[in-house]
Amino acid sequence: MTVPIVNASGCLDALTAPDVAAPLDAFVTKTITPEPREGSPPVRIAETEFGMLNSIGLQGPGLEGLLAQTLPALALQGLRVWVSVGGFSVGDYAGICERLEERADVELIELNLSCPNVEEAPESSAQIVAGCRARTTKPLYAKLSPATWDIGESAKAVVAAGADGLSLVNTMRGMALEPATLRPKLGRGSGGYSGPALKPIALACVSACARAVDVPIVGMGGVRTGLDALELVAAGASVVSLGTILFADPGAPTRVRRELQEEATRRGIADPRTVRGIANS
Amino acid sequence: MTGAALLDRSATLRVSGTEPIGPYTLLRVASGPIAAGVPGQFFMLHPPGRVLPRPMSLCLAEAGELGFLIDPIGPGTRALCELEVGESLHVLGPLGKGFDLTVARPLLVGGGIGVAPFPYASQALGGPPAILGFRSAHHAEAAALVPGAEVVIEPTFVTALLGDDPGDVLACGPAPMLEAVRRLVPQAQLAWEAPMACGYGACYGCVVEVDGRLQRLCIAGPVLQAA
Repeated sequence: MTVPIVNASGCLDALTAPDVAAPLDAFVTKTITPEPREGSPPVRIAETEFGMLNSIGLQGPGLEGLLAQTLPALALQGLRVWVSVGGFSVGDYAGICERLEERADVELIELNLSCPNVEEAPESSAQIVAGCRARTTKPLYAKLSPATWDIGESAKAVVAAGADGLSLVNTMRGMALEPATLRPKLGRGSGGYSGPALKPIALACVSACARAVDVPIVGMGGVRTGLDALELVAAGASVVSLGTILFADPGAPTRVRRELQEEATRRGIADPRTVRGIANS
Repeated sequence: MTGAALLDRSATLRVSGTEPIGPYTLLRVASGPIAAGVPGQFFMLHPPGRVLPRPMSLCLAEAGELGFLIDPIGPGTRALCELEVGESLHVLGPLGKGFDLTVARPLLVGGGIGVAPFPYASQALGGPPAILGFRSAHHAEAAALVPGAEVVIEPTFVTALLGDDPGDVLACGPAPMLEAVRRLVPQAQLAWEAPMACGYGACYGCVVEVDGRLQRLCIAGPVLQAA
């Protein structure tokens, strides 16, 4: 056993690329919403100097599509499945959790409380977590935005409301302009900023939350190498998640796992899990 | 997704040649384990120093070599054009759905950098007729890659030469050109383009709107044909 490696929600489709998902310790689905969504108009993707922007807009089959098609297909691949849940009210989130509760093929629920590409639910993250906690006994992880002045306080609030763990961090809202026209590159104007630029932000958020609460943390944000992964563990992550790197390198799950062990060994560390949080002491 | 497992279509290849063709660069790489695929399919090429790879259709498939015609329009494509012989390049492909070549009377129709898939398509089809449009004589130097192509230069457009009975049109070019071709030839096979992050169905970034429907180009295309 070593540090588990998973994908960031929305950064991999195990059904179109099963051999990319196979080496992961769990597959995290694209965020599911109560109803099907067509998603954002084009253009949805733009590269920037140090990252990328996306405005996919939670395109997906909706809850019924997930239950009837996606989950059975994933089960055939033998993957451990974590479902990312989205919505526009406490009732949306809680209703999905209630339906997932009865599914043995769902190991964990991640609440996407921070998608920068859709209208946010008016309720607070803690209220959403509390509503979901009442409907499911499955492990419930809260995925938080880094765009908050004190993420440690957010972490305390969602854990007090019943979250079993945290996923840190989601993308940050960003914008890129077309140099020739000085108009936004993305059809929706702005989108979620991810990639290498996010790594220092992720490290700070993971560190702040690891000091604030004692729960498992899925760390993500700009991980490209095993050293990036080891740094997130040192900041307090217990699981490392791969996002944007999967787009450029579908071999990243196996490569990052190998490099993580190599980086640990080079430092005289047999098990990289043992460095969890050492950056915070 | 069809074909070999994705990771079997991923390799770091050696740049074997690079030459200017008009404003474009023809980048050649030693193909290694990577198959050429069907004309119209695409490959993700990762420019050194960039966050994301870039989708490129295959221009030339020769013994042991893959050729890509690249228009240096931004930092990624410029970095690809600046590669030198002997440097390495990460390549993923072939990806997506290419042209259906089992047609009776193929006619290749390309606009600008949309000429890119047609040298390979022309070879595979035994040199069918082709109409290529460019914005200048300098850009039109790329037409030499397609034997026997008729060339038009703006303000003349490729649609001016399609005629009443153009046959089975295979088209690639800017979206306004594809829309114009489709109005004249509704059953044409059209190779579309969109910004892509992954090329293999992971990011949901590469949608285009065709007939009011959003289609993911890397899975449904890039060649789309009216039903």
